[in-house]
Amino acid sequence: MTPYDIQGLKGRRIKDKIFTSMVWLLTFSCLAVVFIILFYIFEKGIGSLNWALFSQNPKPVGETGGGLLNAIVGSLMVVTIGAIIAIPVGVSVGIYLAENRGRKLSDRIALAVDVLQGIPSIVIGIVIYVWIVKPTGKFSSYSGSIALAIMMLPPIIKNTEETLILIPTTLKEASLALGASYFRTTMKVMLPAGIGGIFSGCIIGIARIAGEVAPLLFTAFGNPALNFNILKPVDTIPKVIFTYASSPYDDWHRIAWGGSVILVSFIILLNTIIKIFESRWKVQF
Amino acid sequence: MEGTILRTENLRVSFGDNLVVKGINMEIGEKKVTAFMGPSGCGKTTILRAINRLHELTPEAKVEGKIFLHTENINEMEAMTVRRRVGMVFQRPNPFPTMSIFENVISGFTLNGIKLKSDEKNHIVEDALKKVALWEEVKDHLKKRATSLSGGQQQRLCLARAVAMKPEVILLDEPTSALDPLSTAKIEDLLYELKGNYTLIIVTHNMQQAARISDMTAFFYLGELLEYDDTKKVFTNPKNEKTQNYITGRFG
Repeated sequence: MTPYDIQGLKGRRIKDKIFTSMVWLLTFSCLAVVFIILFYIFEKGIGSLNWALFSQNPKPVGETGGGLLNAIVGSLMVVTIGAIIAIPVGVSVGIYLAENRGRKLSDRIALAVDVLQGIPSIVIGIVIYVWIVKPTGKFSSYSGSIALAIMMLPPIIKNTEETLILIPTTLKEASLALGASYFRTTMKVMLPAGIGGIFSGCIIGIARIAGEVAPLLFTAFGNPALNFNILKPVDTIPKVIFTYASSPYDDWHRIAWGGSVILVSFIILLNTIIKIFESRWKVQF
Repeated sequence: MEGTILRTENLRVSFGDNLVVKGINMEIGEKKVTAFMGPSGCGKTTILRAINRLHELTPEAKVEGKIFLHTENINEMEAMTVRRRVGMVFQRPNPFPTMSIFENVISGFTLNGIKLKSDEKNHIVEDALKKVALWEEVKDHLKKRATSLSGGQQQRLCLARAVAMKPEVILLDEPTSALDPLSTAKIEDLLYELKGNYTLIIVTHNMQQAARISDMTAFFYLGELLEYDDTKKVFTNPKNEKTQNYITGRFG
């Protein structure tokens, strides 16, 4: 035996094998859960996808048929306006945090963002109810958007900050050394260089809130009719799924499954978009 | 000194409690190439960055004393104006990765919000790229990303970007230290060509480089200016013992 022989090599090999298989097993079970859920939703819901689902409003109780047109429009409205509110705010806060690292105020803001991420969505719904719905006296699509915008902020802020931190300072210096203002340096050099990460932060934010019901219960409320007015209440897909799934009618169950398929497909689409643009907009320094 | 473009008066720079540049008084000649030499940590780059007011990005940095560009005190001017009149090329090539080669050359204008007609742009780009001897290599793919170029080409592009703004002084912070010998030789040739038309200040660790391209050489040691004279004199007959030891490779 040479001095370089390792003691207990066999035991190590077995431990190694066990560890590797555990990692495989756990990864596989995690993926399996995702696929089983997806399979189940599509199996139940794919049959209820028809033209009526996209083109008709809900029928009154007792009549069969009808669709989700009002909820699809409502969801798109609430989410789009929410994103329009959240993205500028979130990106600005992200820029501030990235540019002022180590300062007291930025530490506090970062903590606040973490806390915000942990606040239950129903609480945000209630707060917006008290702040906006009660004073104005009515449920409205825009109050739902604001509630969702607040929920979207943390991922947008975090992604913007983390992306900008990774951009080399030499790039910022290059721009400043040419006499560019801080504002233009940020807008024309830093943000374009980090656009991939910032964009995916925004999409993650949207994906996070697209399926929310809780903050909308007290804000966007619900509306069986098609509505394009942001001052009036609207239905949203998750809200309809919630109502219909807890109803006793088979036909409503069918529509709820259809709504689930639409929602899940939307989330899959968003994540695909992230993957595509992240690689396409990857900036090489 | 005749034709002085830059003058420092008791320039002191500190980071926190650490005084890095300890009262420098020197004059930089117009249209001359001045080399800053000295062992690492002697404050060469710090002085360079003080001239371009880049220390303002570092909260703990403190610049005292005066730097005059002609007769104006740099620290009392608008930082953006100073930086537009004094260009800088950094240690590592740092072209803007989201811009094409063309856009990089005129980025000094676009980033300053200066609107140019397209033939003006073309003219500026061609002129600047020719000055840095990059035109022939890139003229057929100006629309390509700047980061697709090699390191040496990128550094020449950065020089073109600075030259395009027609600055009064160009600061070069070890512009060849991240490059291979061939690219280094190209940049050196280039600086040699630019000599006479521009005021260049180059920080370098490379003694041959300093000897070859500079008119004046300043030798710094521990934040102090030990020797500042004609390059020939400094290299053939240095007054200071430390300078002599450094050039002969005994320390540093």
